[in-house]
Amino acid sequence: MRNPVAWWIDPWRPPRFLVAITVGYLVWSLLPVLIAVAYSFNDGKSRTTWQGFSFRWYWGDQTLSVWHNDALHTALLQTIKLGVIATLITVPLGTLFAIGIDRWRGRLPAGANFLMLLSFVLPEVLLAVALLFVITTVAVPVDLGTTAQVIGLVTFQVSYPAVLVRARLATIGPQYEEAAMDLGASPLGALRRIILPMLMPAIFASTVLVFADVIDDFVLVRYLSGDASTEPVSVKIYNTARAAPTPALNALATLLLLAAMTAVVIGFLVYRYMTRADTTTKDRGIGAFAGEV
Amino acid sequence: MAFFIFPLYVVLCIVFGQIDPLFRTPVPVWNPLQWDPTQFNYVLTHIVGADGVFGPAILRTFVYVLVASSLCLLIAFPVAYYVARLSGKRKGLLLALLIAPFWISYMMRMFAWVNLLQDDGLLNKVLSLGGLLTPEVNWLTGQPVVVILGLVYGYVPYMILPLYAGLDRLSQSMLEASRDLGADRLSSFWRVTLPLCRPTIVAAVLLTCLPMLGDYFTSDMLSASPKTAMVGNLINDSVQSPGQTGQAGAFVMLVFLAALLPMLYYIRVTTRPDEVST
Repeated sequence: MRNPVAWWIDPWRPPRFLVAITVGYLVWSLLPVLIAVAYSFNDGKSRTTWQGFSFRWYWGDQTLSVWHNDALHTALLQTIKLGVIATLITVPLGTLFAIGIDRWRGRLPAGANFLMLLSFVLPEVLLAVALLFVITTVAVPVDLGTTAQVIGLVTFQVSYPAVLVRARLATIGPQYEEAAMDLGASPLGALRRIILPMLMPAIFASTVLVFADVIDDFVLVRYLSGDASTEPVSVKIYNTARAAPTPALNALATLLLLAAMTAVVIGFLVYRYMTRADTTTKDRGIGAFAGEV
Repeated sequence: MAFFIFPLYVVLCIVFGQIDPLFRTPVPVWNPLQWDPTQFNYVLTHIVGADGVFGPAILRTFVYVLVASSLCLLIAFPVAYYVARLSGKRKGLLLALLIAPFWISYMMRMFAWVNLLQDDGLLNKVLSLGGLLTPEVNWLTGQPVVVILGLVYGYVPYMILPLYAGLDRLSQSMLEASRDLGADRLSSFWRVTLPLCRPTIVAAVLLTCLPMLGDYFTSDMLSASPKTAMVGNLINDSVQSPGQTGQAGAFVMLVFLAALLPMLYYIRVTTRPDEVST
């Protein structure tokens, strides 16, 4: 060991302490999940003792596996249904929102912008309970269940594409649109032919992110689910986690994880392909993709 | 927009509304002039009054949130600092790993801990060192430590990313200038880095601790005991029992009011044009 004073003032010493914290953190954050995934392949009924590898809990078991148990695969289907519908509504809405906030000046868009940021920090349970009250006590033509869940999810998630698309709009700047209009395009034409294609990567990225986010959502969908048939996977996990579940629950959670990860990985690859000629996002990698929210 | 404002108004109407005497369902009162503060008063007196059954839970929430977010910051700042400024070639991979927990369902991550912390779970097995010791700790029955660590585990990713974004943007030339002008490593960190990223830190802390205020599922999954109940649990429990919906509404209003100022502050920090930090 060298002199500790020399070690301290050496500007090139490796940041061992920070490396240790970072690596430690990554292990701590990912290992429990990996262990849970591993136990979904357990052959026995236990989630704590390893009894050999099998696909029993995915489809092997005739009554309890994800494939054969009605309750479990209803949950999976409901999750995917919610994910697709909510994403399809949220993304166009969020995009319009972003364009509106960026192009309009005045009090109304400022207020919308305010609410958009608010939904990032608002405790989700507040919105969920409020919406629950609206649906149960006010005469609105909506019942608890899929429709209510979609409304809630769209309300909560719409700020995500809006923020991403708006950031992109800000980097594009007004000059392309102005050039298009100088060359004779109508404002709507410029929007459609110039701005929308340039926004495409951001819109695409937010589609993927919203999908991954929606299928992981828990609080809103739980309050707004009508009965057991509209409970998605996350609620199912919550309901059965403390009631002696079988590894089928691990398997279900793994499938959910797989769905989200696949969406994100495919999304990232396509995104990289779409922005391959774009210098503003070149060396920011996955950070640019996730919008660094 | 209407989707945000209108529900809050309905909550108000229910808090100050009547309870249907037959079905014990809430009857909202739409006219603000006829609002009846009984239920709100009920909740308020039970927080601070002589029979304050809700008081401990609210106090506990603040303590938990405070401890958990300080721990979060202690973990998140070094990690974000390392990845943003010093990691060099491995940055992309590390960043991907940091973002990964975002797309793992919160429930899944809590469930993973439920598995580990069970009485015959891996943690107790590791602690017993192959039978040498017999740890008699039932981790999942109302251990505050477990709940706090669960909160930290759940929310740290949400703090690391904004911090990373802020630290990544920090101007290198400013730091070099401070070193040139004779500051040593510590004082340039203390007098340049920290002040420059103070808005980011504030935003990141708010981004984690405000959602924590409404959290009830962490406590439910990891302890399921009233000993560690938080405000979120109070909301959750009273929403589902008939006749107490008004109380749930009152709690919602309270949490909203408590969170309002920090939320406004967050929005001001993030919309300030010169320091773009979402």
